[in-house]
Amino acid sequence: MAKTKKMWGLKDSVALMRIFIGWHFLYEGIIKLYNPDWTSFGYLASAQGPLKSVFTALTSEGVVGWVDGLNMAALIVVGLTLTLGIFEKLGAIVGIGLLALYYLAHPPFPWLMQVNVEGSYWFINKNLIELVACIIIYQLPTGNYFGLRRVFNKNKEEIKIENL
Amino acid sequence: MKWTRRDMIKGLAGLPIVGGIWWAGASKGLMTNKERSEILEQLNIKPSLSSALPSIGGKPIRVGIVGFGIRGEQLCKSLGFATKEWLQNMEKAVEKNPKHTALKDFQAQDKLNINLVAVCDAFDVRAENVIASFSTKENTVKRYKTHQEMIRSGNVDAIIIATPDHWHAPMAIDALENGVHVYVEKPMTHTIEETYRLREAAEKSSALLMVGHQHRQTLSFKTAQDIVKKGTLGHVSMIQTNTNRNDDNGAWNYSIHEEANEQTIDWDLFLGSAPKVPFNKNHFFRWRKWWAYGSGLSGDLLTHDYDRLNCVMNMGIPDSITASGGIYTHIDGRNVPDVLQVNMEFPNFSTGSSQEKGKEKGMTFIYSATLGNGFSRPTLLMGHDATMELGNKLTIWPDSRSTKYETMLKSNKMRPSNPIFQYDPGANIPDAISSATSQYFADKGLMWTYINGSRVDSTFLHLREWLSGIKNGGELSCGIKEGFEEAISAHMTGLSYKLGRRIDWDSSNQVIKPIEGINFDEVLLSNA
Repeated sequence: MAKTKKMWGLKDSVALMRIFIGWHFLYEGIIKLYNPDWTSFGYLASAQGPLKSVFTALTSEGVVGWVDGLNMAALIVVGLTLTLGIFEKLGAIVGIGLLALYYLAHPPFPWLMQVNVEGSYWFINKNLIELVACIIIYQLPTGNYFGLRRVFNKNKEEIKIENL
Repeated sequence: MKWTRRDMIKGLAGLPIVGGIWWAGASKGLMTNKERSEILEQLNIKPSLSSALPSIGGKPIRVGIVGFGIRGEQLCKSLGFATKEWLQNMEKAVEKNPKHTALKDFQAQDKLNINLVAVCDAFDVRAENVIASFSTKENTVKRYKTHQEMIRSGNVDAIIIATPDHWHAPMAIDALENGVHVYVEKPMTHTIEETYRLREAAEKSSALLMVGHQHRQTLSFKTAQDIVKKGTLGHVSMIQTNTNRNDDNGAWNYSIHEEANEQTIDWDLFLGSAPKVPFNKNHFFRWRKWWAYGSGLSGDLLTHDYDRLNCVMNMGIPDSITASGGIYTHIDGRNVPDVLQVNMEFPNFSTGSSQEKGKEKGMTFIYSATLGNGFSRPTLLMGHDATMELGNKLTIWPDSRSTKYETMLKSNKMRPSNPIFQYDPGANIPDAISSATSQYFADKGLMWTYINGSRVDSTFLHLREWLSGIKNGGELSCGIKEGFEEAISAHMTGLSYKLGRRIDWDSSNQVIKPIEGINFDEVLLSNA
């Protein structure tokens, strides 16, 4: 008896998660892109935890502009790659990097004062969970299954077949 | 190439999502910008920049400090002279907490073209501290026993008076009559009679008088002037401003120096015109608690709030004042109140109206103070069209029944709960650790202001304006007119509190309306 095809499998779930995370990153990037007054200054200046001095150093004049630009660009890159499903491994790594920085800037450690955060957390917060989700996306690329990569790969497969 | 429909859907599904997100993000951003610029255009507020002062060139101005207590030390620091002890303490503070910026701020401060050449203090330890800390190879600070000797020495061009209140006017008048420039702490005077004498002396003298209301340098207040002038708030019918402190320092229970005794303190010099009482360390170090030397909440803290608002509104002396209060939180032998409520009436004052002519006129200024609670109540200017919170930051909320903003409120472009304007020149500066009392002053814009994104001590700016005026001429932002208004308002408040009745101002004759059988100055000075 032939196996009935699963209606919704692991690949579908991961692809959905990938699109949602891409969506989240992209919107955060676009909102900043269209708001000339946006700056990461307050977020960095109020940083807590072991890397506090590093983040505070980023707020100095001349540096913070670059930090803002890079952050915005990185957010959009992650957003585009994950939403579209192409170069998603690169996107996932950049995403992991960004989320690690966000986590470390305001780590939810019980001995630190929580500023600039919403919600209540004890060591684990949404940034860290989203970071783990990006690891999964890195390990289980789905662009080939549901994403722009499928379109490009189709070409390659066709070429391969023709060559045979 | 065999692309199925399935391939197309699964391959390209991300594109419309990206398009959608982009559109949503962009339109939200552009919408917000448009709405904001529409509001800002209507408000037309231009955050003003500090006016550039000509440099203080030529020979250094020779300055003498009279009174090197808590405020005197702060003033010297603002002039660029910090005691060795302070510098050491600040170095330790930085070691403990790298965020502590007091030392860095002090070192970053521009140098003023002055020599600190003279000191006068009734307490030997303080006078010697000045000499030891500020004398250099080229310049030894000289101690004078009295202010008269300092003023007549020919060695000083200008003096700074940071003594108890009862010494302010006698010293300022003497200096002005001898052509020596004066920076006098607030309140400008201790009695009504000397307020007039000081005004006369200042008007006659070629020397300059500056009253130490340093917040006039605060950038946000200059912006606030613009806001009020443009009628952004509509007719302001009420101002409410407050003092809330709940610590010993804030209640004037300063520490008593261990070396203080009858040998190290010139007690008669301290007393001056005050009633003769035996040597009392408590009186010497905590003089703000007695009417004989200080003026309590009305002269000490109300004056800050009154002048802040007079700087923004230019409302002058009120037509009448009623005040009440008592000694409720610090029953420790003091005779000035620690809880005080003051109502100042300005029946003819208006900041302009957005309604039909003649409907609005008049304003009440309410000052409410307690030394037994530290909850920070904001200073509010309440107009028919909007409410403004005044401090180092400015925030304006539209009023739900505003006439001026009616259309914008109706179309939901403005909401009463959302500020329509916020001015926070220090937003980009992480704050240092401040003590309760200094935070109290900082929030009111009395400690520092922000220029081009960096924090600047407003006392430094105030002193610099005075020194620049001495060298280059130019208007002073807190001269005799402002000082006179501040002093009279404070004295009317003190009288009202002590007499338990309304005190009226006769503006055409420029006098407090007399009350039969009552000598106002006697009442002000009495310890009853």
